[in-house]
Amino acid sequence: MGTSKQNLDELIRKDYEHGFVTDIEADTVPPGLDEDVVRAISAKKGEPEFMLEWRLRAYRHWTTMREPEWAHVHYPPLDFQAISYYSAPKAKGAGPKSLDEVDPKLLETYNKLGIPLKEQELLAGVAVDAVFDSVSVATTFKDKLAGMGIIFCSFSEAVHEHPDLVRKYLGSVVPHTDNFYASLNSAVFSDGSFVYVPKGVRCPMELSTYFRINAKNTGQFERTLIIADEGSYVSYLEGCTAPQRDENQLHAAVVELIALKDARIKYSTVQNWYPGDEEGRGGIYNFVTKRGACRGAHAKISWTQVETGSAITWKYPSVLLEGDHSVGEFYSVALTNNRQQADTGTKMIHIGRNTRSTIVSKGISAGRGQNAYRGLVKVLKGAHDARNYTRCDSLLIGPRCGAHTFPYIEVRNPTAQVEHEATTSKISEDQLYYCMQRGISAEDAVSMIVNGFCKEVFKELPMEFAVEAQKLLGISLEGSVG
Amino acid sequence: MLSIRNLEAGIDGKPILRGLSLEIGKGEVHAIMGPNGSGKSTLAHILAGRDGYEITGGEVIYEGRNLLEMPTEERAREGVFLAFQYPVEIPGVSNIYLLKAALNAVRKHRGEGELDAMDFLKLVKDRMNLVEMDEQFLYRPVNEGFSGGEKKRNEILQMAVLQPKLGILDETDSGLDIDALRVVANGVNALRGPERSLMLVTHYQRLLDYIVPDYVHVLAGGRIVKSGDRGLALELESRGYGWIEEELREGA
Ligand SMILES: Nc1ncnc2c1ncn2[C@@H]1O[C@H](COP(=O)(O)OP(=O)(O)OP(=O)(O)O)[C@@H](O)[C@H]1O
Ligand SMILES: [Mg+2]
Repeated sequence: MGTSKQNLDELIRKDYEHGFVTDIEADTVPPGLDEDVVRAISAKKGEPEFMLEWRLRAYRHWTTMREPEWAHVHYPPLDFQAISYYSAPKAKGAGPKSLDEVDPKLLETYNKLGIPLKEQELLAGVAVDAVFDSVSVATTFKDKLAGMGIIFCSFSEAVHEHPDLVRKYLGSVVPHTDNFYASLNSAVFSDGSFVYVPKGVRCPMELSTYFRINAKNTGQFERTLIIADEGSYVSYLEGCTAPQRDENQLHAAVVELIALKDARIKYSTVQNWYPGDEEGRGGIYNFVTKRGACRGAHAKISWTQVETGSAITWKYPSVLLEGDHSVGEFYSVALTNNRQQADTGTKMIHIGRNTRSTIVSKGISAGRGQNAYRGLVKVLKGAHDARNYTRCDSLLIGPRCGAHTFPYIEVRNPTAQVEHEATTSKISEDQLYYCMQRGISAEDAVSMIVNGFCKEVFKELPMEFAVEAQKLLGISLEGSVG
Repeated sequence: MLSIRNLEAGIDGKPILRGLSLEIGKGEVHAIMGPNGSGKSTLAHILAGRDGYEITGGEVIYEGRNLLEMPTEERAREGVFLAFQYPVEIPGVSNIYLLKAALNAVRKHRGEGELDAMDFLKLVKDRMNLVEMDEQFLYRPVNEGFSGGEKKRNEILQMAVLQPKLGILDETDSGLDIDALRVVANGVNALRGPERSLMLVTHYQRLLDYIVPDYVHVLAGGRIVKSGDRGLALELESRGYGWIEEELREGA
């Protein structure tokens, strides 16, 4: 017998498809970090004085900090002096004025990733701001958006073109002193995306950025700042891939969202950075600080994330519910396979009255993957009638993986209602056998079960992302009648 | 259609089937009866392709092919269907999703295209009428929270949708109330045809009043020890299995 022997481990062991390296001349700062490097980065970018000062403050603070150790992840100590903090593709002459001037090799890279920029320009719907290593190389749809007063550009450009907005909001949600990696990012961040949606404007398309780490031994430190002015709406998509390398690479990004009165921001991430191989060699260390502030009444911020990549993920997209009646949401799917480790979750800080938050976390562990949910729901004294609903489900595939849940609840106002539900389940051999006995391959059966498990989160993603997310989990879209 | 010859199989070093032989021809209905623990479900699972059994002797030929070498899902696609004695629950996956995935896998294997959503729904609803199942079951997670009888009915629904060539029903009648037994039996009878063979594992001759078998076999001690027609089932009903065991001992 045994012809149908399908080891669960084998099924979930899929090769990383995006593991190619683009051979391109890069302008790279030698490894190491001191004040001169910070100055050099700022100078290369021709930044105004206030930016340099901000970076230096962050750097000086960072030197007084220690790496956090509380997360449920394990890795050898990082050598921050071995990392190169800046890498930009060398421009041929002046910077590209249109896509035609962009290095064709870069465009090819994007094509391999499945984001043909040329087509994107034609196909209405998604505007892409592509970040290649550290410098934003191409931005589409900018003109159309500009007509509505929407600013969507690289961070560097925003520093030059919209310094007042940058100055006003940069660090206003994640201060340069916030945590070890956020401070490091503040000192050395090279580029990222900037969005401003003016009062009452509903951004007509999903804004999208693809990040990709290419150069060897480069930490990528991008910084995203999104401001939704009163009564506006924006949906932002972030997708990531990274080439395959044996060394571990650091990715320490910061994302700040600001939703003013009646504004809504929807931020979706599909993260599939290189996870390392089966033995845990290589892979991205994804140490990210993401936080949004609902700064006015009835503001709403939703985080939706599908995390399938990275060797280690350390990430807690959070919402500060400052405005009365403001709403925070966090929908998450995190998959860890092989030796991957994820410690992810959210923080919902209820400050205003009648504030509401919803947390739905789905953790999938396979192979020797370790998946931890860590969430904080905090209700401050003045937050009358705050409500939170948390649901935290774990799915285990195979006997060697782990799931851990660390919910923290701090309530300082007796009118608060906080609900927490948690479940753990397993994909059993019997379930697979049952599906296979109906003609479904074991691989499709796993996908089907995982997909079912993630349904609640996937329905929060914009359509095209939901498709990508399902593909990422190896799921076909059959059965859409269900 | 199916030819089992001297099959010897066990699990964890414990022998269960000890030289079992059985021939099932096209369009025939065979009932398998036998004491608890005699190996009926084991036989059903070995045919269906469950992992973990050690085959120590004999062979199984299905439509001219060595069945035991075919992967589980291929057996299913080639028309071997097992209605489980204990159907498995799959939380999060709707019943209709499973049905569609299964039907498409089988159709693809046959070189047929996928059914579009409308045609699929029509087919499923038609088959649900056959087993008198309410539509709400389509949208519930597979078998989750189903009553024992509802699970059994759901198995027959799947069989009706997938239209296998060889249907193995492991105690589908257990746990069904009297009305449900009639409904399910009618459903199964509607699936009878010259191209479809059935193997019914049951403890109760009552099922055989509804689904009249061509042959009745007694499985005891890992072998088919007696075969006959319907009359054998009636005899078992009144006399139990003791006399067969005695006969065997005398013969030995
Ligand atoms: N995984 C297993 N490990 C050990 N023994 C097993 C295993 N599976 C089955 N058996 C044993 O094999 C024998 C046959 O079991 P099987 O389920 O085939 O019986 P059955 O004829 O279907 O009984 P019933 O009428 O009660 O359904 C039993 O003694 C059972 O305990
Ligand atoms: Mg049995």
